[in-house]
Amino acid sequence: MATIAVRTPAKPATPTAARPRRRKWTGWAFAAPFVALFLIFSALPVLASLIMSVTDLRSTDLRHPLAVNLVGLDNYTRLFSDELFLRSALNTLAFVVIGVPLTTVIALAAANALNSGLIRFRALFRIGFYLPVVTSIVAIAVVWRFLLDPEAGLVDNLLALIGVDGPNWLADTTTAMPSLIVMTAWRNFGTMMVIFLAALQSIPADLYEAATLDGAGRWQQFRGITLPQLRPTLLFGAVYTGIGYLQVFEEPFVMTQGGPLSSTLTVSYHIYNQFGFGNYGYASAASYVLFVAIVALSVLQFRLLRERD
Amino acid sequence: MVTARLPARRRDRTATIILYAILTLGLLVVVGPFLWMALSSVKPEAEIRAVPPTWWPHTWTLGHYSDLFSRLDFPRYFTNSLIVAALVTAGNLLFCSLLGYALAKLDFPGRTTLFRTVLAMLMVPGMVLFVPQFVLISNLGLANTYAGLVLPFLAGPFGVFLMRQFLLAIPDDLLEAARVDGAGEWRIFWRIVLPLARPALATLGILTFLTSWNNFLWPLVVATTADKYTLPVALALFSIGQNRTDYGLLLAGAVIVVLPVLIVFLMLQRHFMRGIATTGLK
Repeated sequence: MATIAVRTPAKPATPTAARPRRRKWTGWAFAAPFVALFLIFSALPVLASLIMSVTDLRSTDLRHPLAVNLVGLDNYTRLFSDELFLRSALNTLAFVVIGVPLTTVIALAAANALNSGLIRFRALFRIGFYLPVVTSIVAIAVVWRFLLDPEAGLVDNLLALIGVDGPNWLADTTTAMPSLIVMTAWRNFGTMMVIFLAALQSIPADLYEAATLDGAGRWQQFRGITLPQLRPTLLFGAVYTGIGYLQVFEEPFVMTQGGPLSSTLTVSYHIYNQFGFGNYGYASAASYVLFVAIVALSVLQFRLLRERD
Repeated sequence: MVTARLPARRRDRTATIILYAILTLGLLVVVGPFLWMALSSVKPEAEIRAVPPTWWPHTWTLGHYSDLFSRLDFPRYFTNSLIVAALVTAGNLLFCSLLGYALAKLDFPGRTTLFRTVLAMLMVPGMVLFVPQFVLISNLGLANTYAGLVLPFLAGPFGVFLMRQFLLAIPDDLLEAARVDGAGEWRIFWRIVLPLARPALATLGILTFLTSWNNFLWPLVVATTADKYTLPVALALFSIGQNRTDYGLLLAGAVIVVLPVLIVFLMLQRHFMRGIATTGLK
C-alpha cells in the first residue's frame, strides 16, 4: 500500500502518456497470430475465389495459378445455362423453403412443450432432442440410409406392421428429397429448440398472468404473447438454419449421391463435383453465387428485425 | 368458482399426460435411430437383413468391429481424427483467447474494424473457401498432410466472438490494479485473464473439438490417400464404395464415429447449452 502511495505522486504525467502508446501496440501483438492465419487462410482465399471465378483455372494449372486466362463473366453466364446447376439450385431452394419452416415448427413445438409448467425430466428431453446435433452428419446419414432401406429398413418394416407398403425412399425421385429434408429437420431442430427455450424463459411471466385473468386460453396466449415476443428469435433461428441448409452437402453425398436422376443434387454437391472434375474457376463462380445467396439471407434478416424495432 | 375450477384441473391433468406421451414419442423418434444403430451393429449380417427385423439381437457378435480393425484401418482414421481435432482445438484456444482479450480489454487502433471483420467472417461458408484453400495448400506442398488438414481451421471467428463476449465481463479495475503493480500485459493475460476465462475456454474447447471431429468437406478434399483419412471421410467413402451394402460394417463404423462424441456430450452437456446461449443471441 505504501509503495503505491509513494509511487503515484513521484511519477509525473509521462508514464501515463507513454503507457497508452505502448499498449496501443500490445493490442496488435495479441491479435497478430490470429490475424496472420486469418489473412493467409481466409482473406486470401475469399479474394482468390473471386478472382478464380473469372478465370478458366483448372486442376492442370495448379502449379502455375497465375498463368491462367481471364474469361470475364463467362463462368457465371455458363452457370445459369448449366442445366445441372439450375437443377441443383432449385433442389437447394426446395430444401430451404420446406426444411426451414419444418425445422422451426418442430423446434418451437418442442421448446413450448418443455417450457410448459413443471415438466419433470426436462433435462432428459432437452439432452435427447439435442443429441443428433452434436453427432457426425456422415454417421447419421449412414444410419438413416439403413433405416430407409426398402427391405431391411426399420421405417418400411414399421409401416408394414400397419399394412402400408412403404416406398423405396431414397431410390424414388418423388420421395428421395423429402426423405433428406425430414432427416435434416430431425437432426437440426435441437439447436433452435435450445435457443427458443432460452428466449421463452425470458418472456415476463406477468404477461401470461394478465392474459389468464382476462380469460385468454392457451392457444390465444401462444398467438398473442409467445409468438410476438419470440419474433426476433424465430427470425434469427430461421435464418441461421437457412444458411446451413443452403450449404447442404453430406446428406445427399452419403445417402443418394445426388440421385436418383439428380433429384437430390444440391448446389454444394454440384460445386464439389465441379471441383472433382478439376473445373476450379467454374466451381469458384458457383460458390460465389451461393455466398451471395447466404449474404442476401442475412441482410434480409437484419432488415426485417430493424423494421419492427 | 370452485365447480368451474375442478374440471379445468382435470383437463390440465389430461393435457399433461398427452404432453408427456408426445414428448416421449418424440424422444423415441430422436434417440431411437441411435439405439437401433448400436443394436444392429452387434447383429450378424443375416440378422441385420432379417424381415421382419429382430428388436433385440438374437446372436451377439463383435465381428463387424473386428472387421473395422482387420479389413479396414479404423485405428488409423481414429488417430487421425484425434490428432487433427486436438491440434485445431489447441490453436483455437490460444489464438482466439489472445484476440478475444485484445478486442475485449485492450484499446488499439483498428479494433472496431477488426471485430467487424471477424463478425463478417462468421458468414463466409466453407463452401466458398475450400477451392482456393485447396489451391493454396497444394501450392504450399501441404496437400495430404496433417498441416494441410489443420492450418485453415487453426483460428476461427466463432472462438474469437465467444471469448470476447466472455472476457468483456472481467472488471477493468482488476487489470488496472495488476498494471499498477507492475505486471506486464503478457503476464496479466496468462496469470489473470486465462484462469478467469476457464469456463469459456472449456466451452470453446469442447465445441471446437466436436466441430473438428465431425468436419467432413475439408478432410474429404485434402486427404487424398487412405492413411490421412479422418473417421467421417473413411466412413463416407466406404459407405458409397464397394462396402455400400455392408450394413454391419458401416453401422459399427458409425458407432465408432458417434460414441466418443456422445460420451463427451453427455458428460459436459452444460457447456454446449452455454455456448449456444452466449453466442446464439447475445
